[in-house]
Amino acid sequence: MKLKTTLENYLFVFPAVLIFAVFYIIPFISVFQLAFFDWDGILPTKIFVGLSNFKEIIADKIWWQSLWQSGYITLIALTFQNALAFLLAWACDREIRMKNFYRVIFFIPPVLSEVVVGLVWQWILNGNYGILNHWLTHFGFTNLTRNWLSDPNTALTTVAVVHCWKGFGWGFLLFLAGLQTIPRELYEAARVDGANAWNSFKNVTIPLMIPVVVLVAILTILGTMQVFVLIYTMTGGGPGYHTEVPVLRILASMRGSSRFGYACAQGITFGVILCMISFAQYLVNKKAKA
Amino acid sequence: MTTMGKGRLFAVLGLISLILTAGCSSKSNSGKSISVWHWMTDREPAFRELAKRYAAKSGIKVDFELYAPSDAYSQKVRAAAQGSNLPDIFGILGEKRDFSSFIKAGFILDLTPYMLEDNAKWKNSFFAKALAVNEFGEGNSYGVAPGIYGTPIDIMTIQMVYSKSLFRQLGLNPNRPPQNFSEFLEIGKKIQAANLQGLVSGWGEIWMIDCLANNYAFNIMGKDKVIATIKGEVPYTDPDWIKVLSLFKDMQESGLLASGLVTMVNKTAEQLFANDKAVFGFNGSWCVNVYKGMNPNLEYGAFLPPKASDKFPMAIWGGAGSSFMINARSKNKEEAVKFLRWLTEAPQQAYLAESTNNLPANKESINKISDVMANFARAMDYATHPNVWGVSEFSPVIESLDKGIQSIIIGEKTPEQVAAEVQKIKERELAKKR
Repeated sequence: MKLKTTLENYLFVFPAVLIFAVFYIIPFISVFQLAFFDWDGILPTKIFVGLSNFKEIIADKIWWQSLWQSGYITLIALTFQNALAFLLAWACDREIRMKNFYRVIFFIPPVLSEVVVGLVWQWILNGNYGILNHWLTHFGFTNLTRNWLSDPNTALTTVAVVHCWKGFGWGFLLFLAGLQTIPRELYEAARVDGANAWNSFKNVTIPLMIPVVVLVAILTILGTMQVFVLIYTMTGGGPGYHTEVPVLRILASMRGSSRFGYACAQGITFGVILCMISFAQYLVNKKAKA
Repeated sequence: MTTMGKGRLFAVLGLISLILTAGCSSKSNSGKSISVWHWMTDREPAFRELAKRYAAKSGIKVDFELYAPSDAYSQKVRAAAQGSNLPDIFGILGEKRDFSSFIKAGFILDLTPYMLEDNAKWKNSFFAKALAVNEFGEGNSYGVAPGIYGTPIDIMTIQMVYSKSLFRQLGLNPNRPPQNFSEFLEIGKKIQAANLQGLVSGWGEIWMIDCLANNYAFNIMGKDKVIATIKGEVPYTDPDWIKVLSLFKDMQESGLLASGLVTMVNKTAEQLFANDKAVFGFNGSWCVNVYKGMNPNLEYGAFLPPKASDKFPMAIWGGAGSSFMINARSKNKEEAVKFLRWLTEAPQQAYLAESTNNLPANKESINKISDVMANFARAMDYATHPNVWGVSEFSPVIESLDKGIQSIIIGEKTPEQVAAEVQKIKERELAKKR
């Protein structure tokens, strides 16, 4: 009877295990395996090349440049995007008029398609007929007008800012949820003790929000390092290699060069780097808590 | 759980298994129907109409399945090949190297015997250059058995277009496009002075830069030297290659290139040109249909890229625009051959040309086309394509050349620097091959 129950339980779990194996475990093992082969994605024969794909990655300057560039975008997202998200969440948590309206508005960018956002911003930033240059000229800042996405000096930062605009709503939502869990009595007690707004913020809000800040930071890093669709739509990695990011390089290896083995090796390298970043962040968080 | 409950559970599981199994079965092999996969959004209605006509004639149903954009289509075909789930007829997007891999893996039927039937009637109905893209000659470098492995559906050439109304605005003769590179640069200065946008093209999608660079490479050093470069016998640091790269610098400095060109996608370039916001465009013959859709009153003409040298003729990319291949493992391959033979006959080709404004691959159906299209068709005499050269450049080298040209245009690198970088990558790739 017990055996029968156990078998029945396994029967119920089996579909989930099967789906997990087919869509997660097997592809992961295949990617890992392919990283040691030279394969064009079509021929049935794959040539074993050992670690040479990984050695090539080490010498691939464009790969490391793309990694640095995604790091730069991440840095802007961590600071500018999250600061903006926190400030807006803090403002919406207070008793202000139309706060529900603002909550909806701030959460619109994240739910929009990245392709749509990319195309709209490409139109706004266009050097010839873009609305940004039009308004800059209108207000007398003609010297500031430029081709934002084709100028190597501004392309990466512009893309980073658009990414922040697209992504700050997630942080906003998490920060707002975090702020709402802070008991109002703590603020009242602080006020009774003579604390002003800044002191309440510094001594009540910030300490209680640290777990949320850490969570948002982790999500921002992991999400931004893998940024791809927006950049693909806005610049395609150009001009030159100025807005290339790792996922674009993986795609270029796979689709442009038909080097599936190398692309898999890039994917694994990138995965390992992301794991290392997450682990480092976990250690920092643990230390901060202690 | 009761026996009744268990019975229901197993019945539900059985039903789900049945549905999943049915979903996995191949649609292409059921009865008299042929499945065709393609990526050509603009030709979808015409294909469907032709499928109707073919069904009425032969009783065989043809399912055209559209998968767009082309990137997604390309990946779908590769994935289907891996899963041995290719349709009866499909197209391949990519380099000749990819095409050869599909053939070597046994996915594509050799059409030579069919083409040669009745004194090569089918073969002779096509423009030779259109068919050449799908041919592998004796002793080809790809290791593919010689033969014809695809049928061209239409042909294309990629060249320059100019706006006649903007030419008038610049005080130029609207019926006389620039005859040489110096004239081209002079117009660039006028464009800059008039604060207009010059040349627009999809140079953000780097293959179009590659296309123009190759055009000028053929013009400056000739085909043999270009092929020798690909074979690794001539370095990219050769003075002729520096000249080719310098042309882009000259174009930029003269004001000929539109602002934001290096990240421009072809759709944007087409919109700008169609709306008379740019004087020149560098585009393929498919643009006739695109411009017509965007601005039916657009006044424009087509011309070959202006020659930079008199040593060799100007060459442009052209040949088969789109081609269809037959799945060698399909149970319906004989029906598929019959369908493709019918699709490429003059009446069907004329219908496709008329309804989609693409140039027909069948040379017998080319008499009823517009002036601009005739310009594109005439340019077939100058057409060449990497897929007919018999050798392919390494993809990282192509990428580095094209990205390097972007860097020249934005003033970040000199032609010499780019040439040196490209050669370094070429040497690395050659060393790997050895």
